[in-house]
Amino acid sequence: TKWGSGLGTEFTKRRHGGEESPAVDPREACRGLCSRPSRAKVLFHWSGKAQSTYAENAFKVRLSIKTALGENAYAWDTSEEYLFRAMVAFSMRKVPNREKTNISQVLICNVTQRVSFWFVVTDPTQNHTLPASEIQSAIRMNRNRINNAFLLNDQTLEFLKIPSTLAPPTDPSVPIWIIVFGVIFCIVLIAITLLILSGIRQRRRKSKGPPEVDDTEDKCENTITVENGIPCDPVDSKGGHLNDAFITEDERLTPL
Amino acid sequence: MEKARPLWANPLQFVFACISYAVGLGNVWRFPYLCQMYGGGSFLVPYIIMLIVEGMPLLYLELAVGQRMRQGSIGAWRTISPYLSGVGVASVVVSFFLSMYYNVINAWAFWYLFHSFQDPLPWSVCPLNSNHTGLDEECEKASSTQYFWYRKTLNISPSIQENGGVQWEPALCLVLAWLVVYLCILRGTESTGKVVYFTASLPYCVLIIYLVRGLTLHGATNGLVYMFTPKLEQLANPKAWINAATQIFFSLGLGFGSLIAFASYNEPSNNCQKHAIIVSLINSSTSIFASIVTFSIYGFKATFNYESCLNKVILLLTNAFDLEDGFVTASNLEQLKGYLASAFPDKYGEVLPQIKNCSLEAELDTAVQGTGLAFIVYTEAIKNMEVSQLWSVLYFFMLLMLGIGSMLGNTAAILTPLTDSKVISRHLPKEAISGLVCLLNCAIGMVFTMEAGNYWFDIFNDYAATLSLLLIVLVETVAVCYVYGLRRFESDLKAMTGRTLNWYWKAMWAGVSPLLIISLFIFYLSDYILTGTLQYQAWDSSQGQLVTKDYPPYALAVIGLLVASSTMCIPLAALGTFIKRRLKRGDTAPVA
Repeated sequence: TKWGSGLGTEFTKRRHGGEESPAVDPREACRGLCSRPSRAKVLFHWSGKAQSTYAENAFKVRLSIKTALGENAYAWDTSEEYLFRAMVAFSMRKVPNREKTNISQVLICNVTQRVSFWFVVTDPTQNHTLPASEIQSAIRMNRNRINNAFLLNDQTLEFLKIPSTLAPPTDPSVPIWIIVFGVIFCIVLIAITLLILSGIRQRRRKSKGPPEVDDTEDKCENTITVENGIPCDPVDSKGGHLNDAFITEDERLTPL
Repeated sequence: MEKARPLWANPLQFVFACISYAVGLGNVWRFPYLCQMYGGGSFLVPYIIMLIVEGMPLLYLELAVGQRMRQGSIGAWRTISPYLSGVGVASVVVSFFLSMYYNVINAWAFWYLFHSFQDPLPWSVCPLNSNHTGLDEECEKASSTQYFWYRKTLNISPSIQENGGVQWEPALCLVLAWLVVYLCILRGTESTGKVVYFTASLPYCVLIIYLVRGLTLHGATNGLVYMFTPKLEQLANPKAWINAATQIFFSLGLGFGSLIAFASYNEPSNNCQKHAIIVSLINSSTSIFASIVTFSIYGFKATFNYESCLNKVILLLTNAFDLEDGFVTASNLEQLKGYLASAFPDKYGEVLPQIKNCSLEAELDTAVQGTGLAFIVYTEAIKNMEVSQLWSVLYFFMLLMLGIGSMLGNTAAILTPLTDSKVISRHLPKEAISGLVCLLNCAIGMVFTMEAGNYWFDIFNDYAATLSLLLIVLVETVAVCYVYGLRRFESDLKAMTGRTLNWYWKAMWAGVSPLLIISLFIFYLSDYILTGTLQYQAWDSSQGQLVTKDYPPYALAVIGLLVASSTMCIPLAALGTFIKRRLKRGDTAPVA
């Protein structure tokens, strides 16, 4: 049985070729260039080293449309394949010396239900394939355009020999964490300073209060009252006429 | 005129302070682990029994001592018996060690909190390697959360011998953590009393939010069912009972002197019996509550990993056999594997080594505790939630509240005896004393920010407090019951609060609790002696996993020093007092 078939379900092997060049039978071209492997293990080597029976310049493509789009998944049909060939031809046109690449030069074969297939790009005479390195660089440069044409990304539209360039990490000039750290650090410092200062102020105010009762001699205000031109002795009057040394709070009238 | 002792503005502040101190990181990261290891739901049986038999009586004892003596730990024990002031000194020493290393956890929480304001979260993706061709090697072998913890946060060295230098990023976070603690303890009970309103209540808000979020996560019920299904055979395992007793003991924070310090700021007539029961019940129920949250998070993480594993296998089979995209699902996977094995045996044989056996139970069985749970497992779950930045900020904010709440208690245990001592408080205002203590702790704590710092952290975490605390609490209980006299203490309490002491408390203090502590002590000692050389887990960056290594001799010396410096205080102080009295008696004798 063809190992590419999907479990006995309907499998139509489609072969395509260019429509503009009737000179070459597309089936022959594909058969010649994308010959089937004899050993199944070939598929599992992404590096392609064991693909000795495959043409060296063929690439395997794998699409996971249902995974990417879920309910909006489109069916993979001949039109989609045409679009793919067009995108590959477009990518090749971006390579210097290959500006005249025609869509008929892109051949697809071995489409499975996965969806996966192989493609090659031939030269204008359709006798030789273009070197893999050229195709690889062309695809890499236009990967984004190809992905977007199919509404897929690097993981769901895989070119099995072409590694995708990983996006470089976007490092902001100042790491965000330092900004947050700086803000909180300053807030805490300001709060500590405020608390310490208010503590010192409270202590200074308290230290002014109680000594009124103890060291009245040191804190007395010298109010020199002049009566009849003679200065009286400075009485211990703190804010009033009461002599703190003798009077207790409520005793204004001596009890009888 | 003597300065009046500062008091809590209202009894609620005292209760909140105790709750904030007792409910700490251990409730979140140790209890769920024990619950999982020792039989799930059936672990609650030994746990509750130990709570009633050991936790409540010892907590009440410490609070009663503090409230009665109205002094910090050193003064309180000196009042009980001059020969026992060493108990207070030992408590202060242990609290000092604890505050040294505990605040490093707050520093790490700050670090993760600051990094949560990025999209994507830095621990959710692996960084690229140096030539941008693939992901960083160490990160690929481990996971991105492990890589962020071991490489970006700790920058850990391969072994404890390789010290490395002080890493400036964790050092900055440590300085900030100490500044925050200083801010909270600056004014003594006046500032602490207000801060504990937040540190006690905010973690519960976050836990409730996480409970609702956790229970609605996909796969949470898997975790809950698996963990809480009681495995009754574990009840016969003595380790379950020992671990329950140990967990209650350390979770309440007995023996550090913090509870004595907090209670010393109480009104003498305060009903500390009621408060003791309330605090211990709240502490235990928080543990159970936190483990519900943790298990639902576990379930989510395990289900997520299990489904990722399944998806990888599905993708592998789909690619290998070029099946239709979406044809293989989780439900028909097993049938399909069977069919493929029979229909295409060669090809299937080639794919077989790469197919992993995905098992939900294996994912759920990974039991983690400690910093690994908090900073690796939880972050792994958070990165897969929607709006992960919000959940991350909430989670680390909660960790910070829990950690700072416990730090307040630790520093209170150190500062209260210092401010009580007339020698020191005459020369320095209390802001300066707090500042000096914080500065000293911060400076020594820089050791834990070195590349080998996490290994020293583990040493302190495992050995600084365990044996010493058991001994301290044992001596405390014996001192109150037999040296001071249980009857005398009972009448003191009655005079102070107006309530008679229940017979239950008397029975527990005099008999059951000391026996329990002695058995725990013997168990720990025998465990240490039987294991022989002590080992630790070191991170191997080439393999991306932890490996076990032996401690070098100087690390063992440090361990011995840690244990000795606190336990030796008790006999040394007793000896010192004895000699002082002898000398005094020798001086006064010829006069008579």
